Amino acid sequence: MTEEIIIAGFGGQGVLSMGKILAYSGIMQDKEVSWMPSYGPEMRGGTANVTVIVSDERVCSPILNAFDTAVILNQQSLDKFEDKVKPGGYLIYDPNGITHKPTRKDIHIYSIEGAQLASDMGNSKVFNMIILGAFLKVRPIIDNKNVEEGLRHSLPERAHKLIPLNMQAVQVGMDNIKAEN
Amino acid sequence: MGELKLMKGNEALAEAAIRCGADAYFGYPITPQSEVIEYLSEQNPYERTGMVVLQSSSPGVCLKQEGLAYIAGAEVPCVFADVVRGGPGLGTIQPSQADYFQNTKGGGNGDYRNIVLAPASVQEMADFVPLGFELAFKYRMAVCILSDGAIGQMMEKVVLPEQKARLTEEEIKAKYPWALTGRKRGTQHRVITSLDLDSARMEEHNRHLQRKYDEVTKNEVRYEMIDCDDAEYVFVAYGSSARIAQKSVQLGRAAGLKVGLLRPITLWPYPTQAIRNLIDKGVKGFLSVELSCGQMIEDVLLACNGRAKAEHFGRVGGIIHTPEEVLEAMKKQIIGE
Repeated sequence: MTEEIIIAGFGGQGVLSMGKILAYSGIMQDKEVSWMPSYGPEMRGGTANVTVIVSDERVCSPILNAFDTAVILNQQSLDKFEDKVKPGGYLIYDPNGITHKPTRKDIHIYSIEGAQLASDMGNSKVFNMIILGAFLKVRPIIDNKNVEEGLRHSLPERAHKLIPLNMQAVQVGMDNIKAEN
Repeated sequence: MGELKLMKGNEALAEAAIRCGADAYFGYPITPQSEVIEYLSEQNPYERTGMVVLQSSSPGVCLKQEGLAYIAGAEVPCVFADVVRGGPGLGTIQPSQADYFQNTKGGGNGDYRNIVLAPASVQEMADFVPLGFELAFKYRMAVCILSDGAIGQMMEKVVLPEQKARLTEEEIKAKYPWALTGRKRGTQHRVITSLDLDSARMEEHNRHLQRKYDEVTKNEVRYEMIDCDDAEYVFVAYGSSARIAQKSVQLGRAAGLKVGLLRPITLWPYPTQAIRNLIDKGVKGFLSVELSCGQMIEDVLLACNGRAKAEHFGRVGGIIHTPEEVLEAMKKQIIGE
């Protein structure tokens, strides 16, 4: 199993930390992982993306041009990465702020109202965990108990009391993702 | 086994330096290596631990070249790390491998060499720190850990080395008789310097350095081969380019091409003999893949010495080649399709 994922959106949406939690969760499930952020001029322009690879084998290139799954959280990222999903791959997006929907017919497209659901939960910070839950529903590469362990390792100890809330958000994401094609 | 962590390459390097007992640290903070300095200042290494680390990215490393030549002349152990960004000059903050010449061929003045280790993973960013200190003290010379923005910025799992105790003054005296530990009555002066105006002594000093570099060349060449057993064509790549070329090998093998990867781990001393052995085994051509306009290719060509075809492929300016285009370059430039 090798899953090559791009997560892309605005800075501040928790893109990089979602990637980190996913990577840590992968380690908890005995997988090989890599986490490669955009740290360059893009980051200074307000958009952020991270490539996460979770695999049974040693990860070769941490930098990729084609992805099994794209998790897309704003229009610029959709414009940039829709074409880079491998045929037969998956695109998961939050329709909030999306003006031109994805159009490809050769990939599986899903939507998740992450921003709305986070607002419904009364905590905008759990947005990225809702998205992570949605991703894991479609691509069940890691068990929930290892996600919880991943959270424990990637969050500082003072934030451990928030783990149940984060796991609740993961469940909300899993329950609310919709297939669009 | 030590604890398993998810860390950036830069953080792993900094933590490994503390665990090796680095006492002194001189850095020039600049993207993409600023995490090293941030980490070291956060962790207060002096509270946790007679070794020195120098560290920066390309423009900062330029500023250290004068000191590196003095270190070579005076035979002082030192580990330095360059997390390379694009150049020349301030260039760009994105990954690059265009400091190969600077670190393997010189940069400072005089007939000197630095051992150059090229990590291709976060684990090797951590592992090459203790290895670097070991080699630096064994041969009394500078060891460079040459990575780039991609290896420095990415996170992978890493097992960190154990914390070593700081050497006591007695241990330093016993292990390193050349160290300046304070002259006592009745003992000889010890001088550590790169300067000697006596030509005969200076010639002998240079000969001595060359004999030492010959020893290093004989003993310390390191490299990794992937799918080279039956390969007809071989990518030569180090660091982040090696990771990408490894994927190109997978893509090529899936398409029925007999391709392999030679990954130099030491860039100096260079695995020249490994390339010659591959030619003896029937490899017909090599593609040197670097994030540069063609630097390591010169060492590949020297190793081939006309016996096999070798060309360069690489992207620059902060653009990172994709595994697909690296494979295409192999087909077009070397295999000839």
